[in-house]
Amino acid sequence: MATGERQWNRPTVFRRREIKWIVYAIIVGFFLWSTIGIGVDVGRIFQGIGNLASLIGDFLPPNATPRQAQRILEKMAESVAMAMISTLTGVLLSVPIAFMAAENLSPRPLYAVNRGFISISRAFNAIIVAILAVKAVGFGPLAGIITITFKTVGFFSKLLAEDLEDIDMGTVDAVRSTGASPVQTLVYAVIPQIIPRFAGLSVYRWDINIRTSTIVGIVGAGGIGSVLVTAFNRYDYQYVSAILLTIILVVLVAEGVSAVVRRRYQ
Amino acid sequence: MAIDDRTWDRFDQRRRLGRFIGLLLTTVVVIGSWEYMEIGLVNAETIPREIADLLTRMYPPDVGYTPTIISPLIETIHIAALGTTGALILSIPVALIAAENTTINRFTFWLGKVIVTVSRSVNTIIWALIFVVAFGAGPLAGAVAIAFRSVGFLGKLLGEEIEEIDFGQVKAIRATGASPVQVLLYGILPQIKPALIGLSVYRWDINIRDSTVLGFVGAGGIGVQLFRAVNAFAWQSVSTVLLVILSVVIGSELISAYTRGLVR
Amino acid sequence: MLEVRDLKKTYATGDEALKGVDVSVKGSETVAMIGPSGAGKSTFIQCINQLTEPTTGTIKLDQIELSSLESERLREARRDIGMIFQEYNLVERLTVMENVLSGRLGYVSAWEAFRRSFPPDDIQRAYEILAQVGLDNMEDKRVDELSGGQRQRVGIARAVIQEPKILLVDEPTSSLDPETSNTVMNLLTDIAAERSVPVLINIHEVDLAIEHADRIIGLHDGEIVFRGSPSELDEQSLDQVYRGATVPDNQSADAPRQSEADDTLYEADPDSVTRRS
Repeated sequence: MATGERQWNRPTVFRRREIKWIVYAIIVGFFLWSTIGIGVDVGRIFQGIGNLASLIGDFLPPNATPRQAQRILEKMAESVAMAMISTLTGVLLSVPIAFMAAENLSPRPLYAVNRGFISISRAFNAIIVAILAVKAVGFGPLAGIITITFKTVGFFSKLLAEDLEDIDMGTVDAVRSTGASPVQTLVYAVIPQIIPRFAGLSVYRWDINIRTSTIVGIVGAGGIGSVLVTAFNRYDYQYVSAILLTIILVVLVAEGVSAVVRRRYQ
Repeated sequence: MAIDDRTWDRFDQRRRLGRFIGLLLTTVVVIGSWEYMEIGLVNAETIPREIADLLTRMYPPDVGYTPTIISPLIETIHIAALGTTGALILSIPVALIAAENTTINRFTFWLGKVIVTVSRSVNTIIWALIFVVAFGAGPLAGAVAIAFRSVGFLGKLLGEEIEEIDFGQVKAIRATGASPVQVLLYGILPQIKPALIGLSVYRWDINIRDSTVLGFVGAGGIGVQLFRAVNAFAWQSVSTVLLVILSVVIGSELISAYTRGLVR
Repeated sequence: MLEVRDLKKTYATGDEALKGVDVSVKGSETVAMIGPSGAGKSTFIQCINQLTEPTTGTIKLDQIELSSLESERLREARRDIGMIFQEYNLVERLTVMENVLSGRLGYVSAWEAFRRSFPPDDIQRAYEILAQVGLDNMEDKRVDELSGGQRQRVGIARAVIQEPKILLVDEPTSSLDPETSNTVMNLLTDIAAERSVPVLINIHEVDLAIEHADRIIGLHDGEIVFRGSPSELDEQSLDQVYRGATVPDNQSADAPRQSEADDTLYEADPDSVTRRS
C-alpha cells in the first residue's frame, strides 16, 4: 500500500549506525598505528621472505650427529617425564583448591583467595612462570615441574570448580539426610557427579603439558627447549630442524593418545 | 531350603584388573620419570621456602619503573593485534580447504590439514625463534610468529564450524544464480559469523599472553624488559612488570567476554 | 515454458532415481507432482536447475538447453528459475529483507552483495512482495524468530523477487499444519496467476494437489505412472502412483484404466486385503 519510495538499510548489531562507523574507524586507526609502530613496511617483509627462502636450504635436510641425536632423545624424554609428573601433582593439588574455589561449597574469603590464585596462574604465560621458578630453585627439570604444576592447577582447578558449582545439590542433601558423614557425602554424592569429566580433562591437560614441557627449557627449566636454543645460537639450523621434527612428532602422538582416551571414556 | 548368598561388587573381575593395571602403570611411569630426571629426594620444605623467598623480594613493586614499560607494553598489544588479524584473514581460506564439505579436492583437503597441524604443533615462541632468524630481532618477527601459530588454531576450529553448517541454505542461495563468492558471503559466512568473531577474540586473548614473552627470544614486546629485569635480579621492577601484564590480561579478558556476548 | 525429455539420474551408489522422465510445463499452469517418498520427486526438481547433475536427458527452459550450461551461463539461467525448498533453506541468521533480496544476487556484484547495497527498484519490489505474502513490517526480523508458515512465505518471496520464468516448489507444505498449508498453496497459485508464471510443485498431500493444481503428474520409483487433470485422479490411479501397480502400455496422455488382472499386483477388488506389494 505504500506508494512512495521506501528505504532500507542493512541491519547492524550496533544500536546506531553512527556508532558502528566510529567503532570501525577506531579499529582501523588502531591497526594503522600498530603497523607503523611495528615497522611493517613492504620492503622489510619481502626481504624477510627472501631470507626465509634462502634459509629453507639451511634448514633442510634435518640432520643430527649420533651424539646430537642421543641428546635429543635424552632431553625429549626429560620433557615427557616432566609432563607426566607435573600432570599428576597438578591434578592432585587442584582438587583441594577447586573445592575451596567453588562458590557453593566454600566460605566467601577462602573462595576469593583461591579464585585469585587461579586467575594469576592463568594470566601468565608458562615461560614467565618458568623463569621465576628457575630463579627460585635453580636450573633444571625441578623448575620445569614447578612451572607446569602451577599452570596445571590454574587450568584444572578452574574447570573443576565450575563443575562443582554445577552439581545437583539435591543429591548431596539426599545423601546427607541418610546420616552420612561429610567425607561419605563427598565420596557418594559429590565425586560421582564430577568424575565423568575428570578423566577427559586430565588427559587433555596432559596433552597441553607435553607441549609446554618442550619449551620451558628455553629459559633453563629442563627439557628439550635448552637444546633448541643452543642449536639456534650456533646457527646449526639442520640440527634445529631435527629437534623441531622430534617435537612435532611427540606432540602429535600425545594429541592422538589424548583423543583416543577421551573418546573411549566420554 | 538353602538360599545362596548373593554378593555384589562395584566392579567386576575384568574391570578390577583393568583399574589395577592402570594404577600400576601410572605409578611406574611417574616413579620412572622421577628417577630419570635424577633430581633426587627433594626436601619437602625447600620448594615453598625458595618460592616464598622470591616472592618476598618482589614486594613492594617499584612503581617508578612503570613509565619505562609503557612503550614496550603498547608494542606487545600491537604484536598481538596485528598477528591475530593477519591470522584471521589467512585462516578463512585455510578453514575452507580444511573442511570436508567445502574443500575442492583431496589434495586441498590434505594441504589444509597439514597447514593446520604444523601450525598447531609448533609453539608460538619457537615460531618466534625461527622468524627472528628471518626478519631480524624486533616486533615484526613477533607478529609473524603470532600469526603463524594462530592460523592453525583458527583454521581448525573454523573448519569444524564450516563442516556443521546447514548446506540447504547454501544450496538455496546457489539456486538464485549467485556466483561462488556471493554464495560464500551470503550463504556460508552468516552461518559461521558468531564462531568467527568468538574464536578470533578468544585467540586474541591467548595471543596477548603469548606476546608478553616473545621478547625473551628477541621478538619484541614487554618480554624484553621483563627478561632484563629478571637477569638483573631487580625483583621489584619485575613485580611491576608482572602487575602491568596482569592488568592487561584482565582487560583483554573483559573485552573478549563482552564482544562474545554481542554476537549470537 | 519448461520441457524435460528423457531425464535419467543414476547416483554413484547405483541407485536409479529417475528412469527417463518426460515433463512439460507451459503457459501459466500449475502442475503438481505427486508420489511416495523416494519416488524421485526432489531429485527431479533439483536436476532442473542443476543443483543435482542429471545423468542424461534434455532440459529446456524457453528453448535454452540447461544441462549443457556452464558456470556463468548456468548462473544466468538460474536467475530465471525460482526455487522454493522443503526446509525453507533460508539463511537463518539474516533478516527477512536480506533473505528476500538474496533472490536478486544474480543481478548484483559480489561487493554489492557484501555491502547489501541492492538497487532501489529491488527494494521496492521486496516491500511489495512482502506485503503480498502477508509479512508487512517484518522485514527486519531475524528469520530464526519466525514460525514455519512465515518462513515458507519468506522463501516464496525470495523466489518471486527473481521475476522468474518458472517456479519450482519442493514439498512446500510438508512441515506445516493443514490450515497453514492451504494458505501457502493459495498464496502460491495466486502469485503465479498474477504474474503469469508456470508452477511445478512437488507435493505429498494429494488433496492439496487436487484442489490447487491444473494438472497432476504421478511419479513412482523414478517413472511417470500418471498424467492427467485432478478429476481424472481416481483410486486406481492413486494406487498406481503410491503402490506401484504396473500400468497398461497406452498410459501417457489418457487416464489409466482398470489394470489387467494378470498385470496387476493386487486383486481386482480394490477393497481386498490380499494384496501383494
